[in-house]
Amino acid sequence: MADYEHHSYDVIIIGAGGAGLRAAIEAKQRGLNVAIICKSLLGKAHTVMAEGGVAAAMGNVYEEDNWQVHFRDTMRGGKMLNNWRMAQLHAQESPDRVLELEQWGALFDRTKDGKITQRDFGGHRYARLAHVGDRTGLELIRTLQQKAVSMDIDVFMECKVLRLLRDDQGAISGAVGYWRPTGEFITFSAKSVILATGGVGKSWKYTSNSWEGTGDGHAMAMWAGADLIDMECIQFHPTGMVWPLSVRGILVTEGVRGDGGVLRNSEQKRFMFDYIADMFKAETASSEEEADKWYDDHTAGRRPPELLPRDEVARAINTEVKAGRGSPHGGVFLDIASRRSAEFIRRRLPSMYHQFMELAGVDITTTAMEVGPTCHYIMGGVRVDADTTATAIPGLFAAGEVAGGMHGSNRLGGNSLSDLIVFGRRAGMGAADYIEGRSGDITLDAAQVQAIINESLVPFSREEGENPYDIQRDLQELMQSNVGIIRTGSELDEAVVKLEELKERANNVIVKGNTRVYNPAWNLATDLPAMLTVSTCAALGAQARKESRGGHTREDFPKPDAAFGKVNMVLSQENGGGMNAPVKVDPQPILEMPDDLKVLFEEAK
Amino acid sequence: MTDLTMRIWRGDENGGELVDYTIESQENEVVLDVIHRLQATQIPDLACRWNCKAGKCGSCSAEINGMPRLMCMTRMDQLPQGPVTITPMRTFPIIRDLVTDVSFNYEMAKRVPAFNPPPMPEGGYRMQQIDVERGQEFRKCIECFMCQNVCHVIRDHEENKVNYAGPRFFIRYAELEMHPLDTNDRRELVREKMGLGLCNITKCCTEVCPEHIKITDNAIIPLKERAVDAHYDPVAWLGRKITGRKKRTADEAAADRP
Repeated sequence: MADYEHHSYDVIIIGAGGAGLRAAIEAKQRGLNVAIICKSLLGKAHTVMAEGGVAAAMGNVYEEDNWQVHFRDTMRGGKMLNNWRMAQLHAQESPDRVLELEQWGALFDRTKDGKITQRDFGGHRYARLAHVGDRTGLELIRTLQQKAVSMDIDVFMECKVLRLLRDDQGAISGAVGYWRPTGEFITFSAKSVILATGGVGKSWKYTSNSWEGTGDGHAMAMWAGADLIDMECIQFHPTGMVWPLSVRGILVTEGVRGDGGVLRNSEQKRFMFDYIADMFKAETASSEEEADKWYDDHTAGRRPPELLPRDEVARAINTEVKAGRGSPHGGVFLDIASRRSAEFIRRRLPSMYHQFMELAGVDITTTAMEVGPTCHYIMGGVRVDADTTATAIPGLFAAGEVAGGMHGSNRLGGNSLSDLIVFGRRAGMGAADYIEGRSGDITLDAAQVQAIINESLVPFSREEGENPYDIQRDLQELMQSNVGIIRTGSELDEAVVKLEELKERANNVIVKGNTRVYNPAWNLATDLPAMLTVSTCAALGAQARKESRGGHTREDFPKPDAAFGKVNMVLSQENGGGMNAPVKVDPQPILEMPDDLKVLFEEAK
Repeated sequence: MTDLTMRIWRGDENGGELVDYTIESQENEVVLDVIHRLQATQIPDLACRWNCKAGKCGSCSAEINGMPRLMCMTRMDQLPQGPVTITPMRTFPIIRDLVTDVSFNYEMAKRVPAFNPPPMPEGGYRMQQIDVERGQEFRKCIECFMCQNVCHVIRDHEENKVNYAGPRFFIRYAELEMHPLDTNDRRELVREKMGLGLCNITKCCTEVCPEHIKITDNAIIPLKERAVDAHYDPVAWLGRKITGRKKRTADEAAADRP
């Protein structure tokens, strides 16, 4: 018999960011026995990094705003590849979810008449982002964390899940993992599992993501037989720090632009006016004068082009830098210093002020920031049913960044935090409803558990082999250069080949030293299979999608192709898959939008 | 490029020692960058907690040359010449190397009686910016636990941990106390069971706070005043008797806890 502890729950939730916590709260409110499992300490998940706000058509600042406008903005931002039903539910439900946070203790910034105030962001027609300065993600996670703690939900902190388990009927039955502080193994049997593991950005060299963004949930879902969709659609946030090199990739909130900041090249030109795509011409200002009026009164002028959706702005910055008009360290200038008072900047953007002052020695109230694109978010993910977040595997649900469809090929800023609370709640509901129809005891297959444990321990038994850090570094270089912001067929072909070589090396990884107690080399060795799996999916999807759309730009196919705009790239493996198993790529039609919603897009023309 | 000497505490619950490592210096690095390069090239099993590397998650707290700092926000070029000493936070039990067992804080979090607002009116609560800002200062806390680490009430007196919430949770109690909507009264609880009186306002917590929260001045001192008022002020007591109590008592509030 293997030596491991075992726990039994109705629902286990993997991941303790906004989606995981919200799902746990919902499931617990339904009277279920719930556990959250997370790789870090509670409250440290990547949600804390979200800065600008949570998008919700509350209409507190502009009464004209409503769910239909938000829905339309979201679909257009995603270049219509979105799962329309997810986008609809998201737009309809996010205002209630935001208000709910205040019932649990959140304190959002206010309007003069005491309501939650809302700020402008790229791609949103009206000021729509409820926020707390530029630390909205922290407010969201702390509120949900404190709520979850007050409900006495069990939390397994610093616990890494290796694999999901299915029973002989094919339903989800639990998971196997280990405690990072002790290295001891742990199994969970559960009637339902909710994935809320976040994103995949750690496979790129310049990223806003923390070490946790290794795509565990994406990979584990596919290994167990669930479908992934559109993994090529990856958002490069236009404004990451580019200097100093050691902090390259750290996020600079879009709130800087929402609050009046503008982008300039080395010739001091506001270059975004040269990059307004036809789709957005009608609602974007054509002169600096018009754009500047808009900040004070959205009816006096059209939107500044700095607030186009993120994919548009990131590509424009990339083009300016390539054309030799970049800043000294290879970015462009983000200037709010010359446009707003120092007092305003420090009040509205306190953590940006702090971040630049401490890390770069730059005072953003007097000096422009140097910024450039950074790998930020994956729109693709586990294919789910919009209403329940159910995956193809009975009992397996997915919410937040790990789920695909909601954001199409490009996510609007602010739509992530709202996604977490809308679909986190729905995942909790979906799992609870599913459990009502499930009977019988759950037993785990001991041999299967043992095989998973043994596999994770192999790196200790080798005499010689590859350093996991070397593999990670080479993977990050490869994904950055070959599957980055601008892609081309030959480089993608090369990436697919080189990923197989990296997998060979990962099959020969060695962890030196005997201890499993908080051993980061071993932790990384166990993260590599997921990182390589999701990287492969991104490369294969990018190879297959021979068009440019949102967060997927092909130099060799620079325009959107209507035929590709009607399909999801579906990636799958048989149950029992893994890093070394082949991935099937299969374009399948997207959900057809009903006529009553189609009208919203016709009227707008 | 010159070489750096990193003097890092290596060990586990059974003890350990400072070990010197030499690594080439690179421009504009923070301490955490050097730690990561050491992991990748020389000490793959060097245990250290981190997440965001941007000063937002509060995971990478350690003592750098004896001062509690976030490793991700401490630039190498701002430290004095010579060896850089990195040790784990001293107040918490060691797991391994720079990683400590901070579960004390999570236990204290469980003992905070929950926020308890009145039912929400249609369209949401109305609050003024000036009223929410008081709580917002405390909600900037990233839970790096450096204030807990540096607080001498528990740093030097393990036995106090049972009945001392510490600065991180005093700001949490202060935030709830000052929340425009909350209806629970936790003043007796912080006085009697959370050890508020043990704090003798040396401001060590405020000094190390990476979010520059004025923990002592804005949270602990007002909380002490309110707790004392609640306990000793006969006029307030009489007032409550006459007008009827608005807030619930500590015991009632604590009973919200499972």
